[in-house]
Amino acid sequence: MTKDAAFIYTDAYLSYRFNDKHPFNQQRVILTKELLELSDRLSESDIIVPRRATDEEIALIHDPIYIDAVKKASIGKLEENDGYEYGLGTEDTPIFKNMHDASSLLVGGTLTAVETVLNGKANHALNLGGGLHHGFKRKASGFCIYNDGAIAIAYIRKKYNLRVLYVDTDAHHGDGVQWAFYDDPNVCTLSIHETGRYLFPGTGNVNERGIKDGHGYSFNLPIDAFTQDESFIELYESAFKKVAEYFKPDIIITQNGADAHFLDPLTHLCGSMKIYESIPQIAHEIAHKHCNGRWVALGGGGYDMWRVVPRAWAQIWNVMKHNNVLSGELPIKWVNKWQGQSPVSLPKNWYDQKESLPDIPRKAEIEEKNKKVLENAMKYTQIKAFKSE
Amino acid sequence: MLVEEIMKTDVIRLSPDETIGQALHLLQEHRIRHIPIVDEENHVIGIVSDRDVRDASPSILSEKSDRTAFERKISTIMSHPVLTVHPLDFVEEIAKVFYEREIACLPVINNNKLVGIVTEKDMLYTFIQLTGTHVQSSLIEVKVPDIPGIIPEVTKTFAKRRVNIASILVYPYKKDALYKILVFRVQTMNPTPLIQDLRAAGYQLMWPNNIPEPKV
Repeated sequence: MTKDAAFIYTDAYLSYRFNDKHPFNQQRVILTKELLELSDRLSESDIIVPRRATDEEIALIHDPIYIDAVKKASIGKLEENDGYEYGLGTEDTPIFKNMHDASSLLVGGTLTAVETVLNGKANHALNLGGGLHHGFKRKASGFCIYNDGAIAIAYIRKKYNLRVLYVDTDAHHGDGVQWAFYDDPNVCTLSIHETGRYLFPGTGNVNERGIKDGHGYSFNLPIDAFTQDESFIELYESAFKKVAEYFKPDIIITQNGADAHFLDPLTHLCGSMKIYESIPQIAHEIAHKHCNGRWVALGGGGYDMWRVVPRAWAQIWNVMKHNNVLSGELPIKWVNKWQGQSPVSLPKNWYDQKESLPDIPRKAEIEEKNKKVLENAMKYTQIKAFKSE
Repeated sequence: MLVEEIMKTDVIRLSPDETIGQALHLLQEHRIRHIPIVDEENHVIGIVSDRDVRDASPSILSEKSDRTAFERKISTIMSHPVLTVHPLDFVEEIAKVFYEREIACLPVINNNKLVGIVTEKDMLYTFIQLTGTHVQSSLIEVKVPDIPGIIPEVTKTFAKRRVNIASILVYPYKKDALYKILVFRVQTMNPTPLIQDLRAAGYQLMWPNNIPEPKV
């Protein structure tokens, strides 16, 4: 029987850890899982333990020379100067022991999610350990070593020959995935992110629309720093619906980075928990409308791992499995269990308190500017719609 | 940076005896806006732009279109003499030529022969490269006193944190001539430690700045 949703998880995801000071911490996945368990939303039977990705699978996107370098780094055999070429051993992606195994497990998790959905075992699958969208063909960057999302898309193209819509709501541009399929008309990418004017990686401009046959299959919504809920949701919902209508995907993959929140230390967007309710709800609706429900959701960024990420990610599962979002108070057991380890005071509710939201003086201007971005980005979906009439 | 590093060497060219129709065809086929006209020796003797060709073409509004216009020789409409540059000229210098002479294209000549072409678009692309926006990076703007030695003073923070710099731009600070603005594009997704170090060292940052509470 087809289940509604599968939760891909293993404690071994924690092995993807650069160092104690690094902002990317997979403990977020455990915090989320326990939040769901203590809310009676996730049970043992929902969980699928991921397999590891093979070298051949990783090589669907990455250069074998690069994979070798990661393997060497894993056992301390990569010279410091040899690493720079591959982005290994930098502050963003430091070398750590067994990094190849840890990274290929995250990729395996995303492949397991894809197989679960495409083999009909579940309509939706969630792999919060994945979503490492900055990984390049032969370069680690932005906390990412192997680009599990891109590998999964290449895997779907090769093995199932389906049209894939990739939607990235991380506050950083989903550059690695975009460039990997920039000339491919069977893979459509849509990324909403803080403008690259200041923020890493700097790309994701509206005019990045794809090349050759892939022209018209890359969509970017670079929104202003300090953008808040209404504008974020307006752009996301409108663009996602139009692009899905235009592209008619067979499967949707979402990257659900949770760093567009006002508490996130690395970005300048100012969303609240509201956007993390809308993001999965709209994805869910569109997956049922266009793809027979086929939807794989991944994790991604999110650097306030105590106050933001667990709540944001738990709502993805709530939508996938239960078709609703939770509100009211968080389970007190969860708060009590983790408060001791958290350097900040943990939230008590699923929602952010209204008083805590920042006041943005230029709000109206920002919203107007974002609207223009949306109009501009959606130009091509309209042209195609006229043609097909 | 030298012109030879940014010029295109695969130049679409015409001889003066060829027709306006051929020029029109080449402009459309290659999506270009200028064609240098060369003699048998590959000496540049003229240049035509898409506008010259359009002006010489029959109006789409006239009822009896006069196809003979397309048969005229290109030499009848080409501009000359032609302003040219050398492969060893500096890109900064030719940027000035573009700006002052209000032209959009410069043939590159070596030993009197055509060896390349630089367009306004090539120039802009080069400047985009200089701003560093083509590599993955985060931006930091620092206001500093306009004194010798200030750049190494600031950049040692980046070195200490082992963060590579993709580009540095220096702007005047318009409100106070005693200061200038350094714009860094740094190759990291996590500039927070750098930002803290720079602030701790007493520098005022123009970005990130005035982030509303509770973002600091």
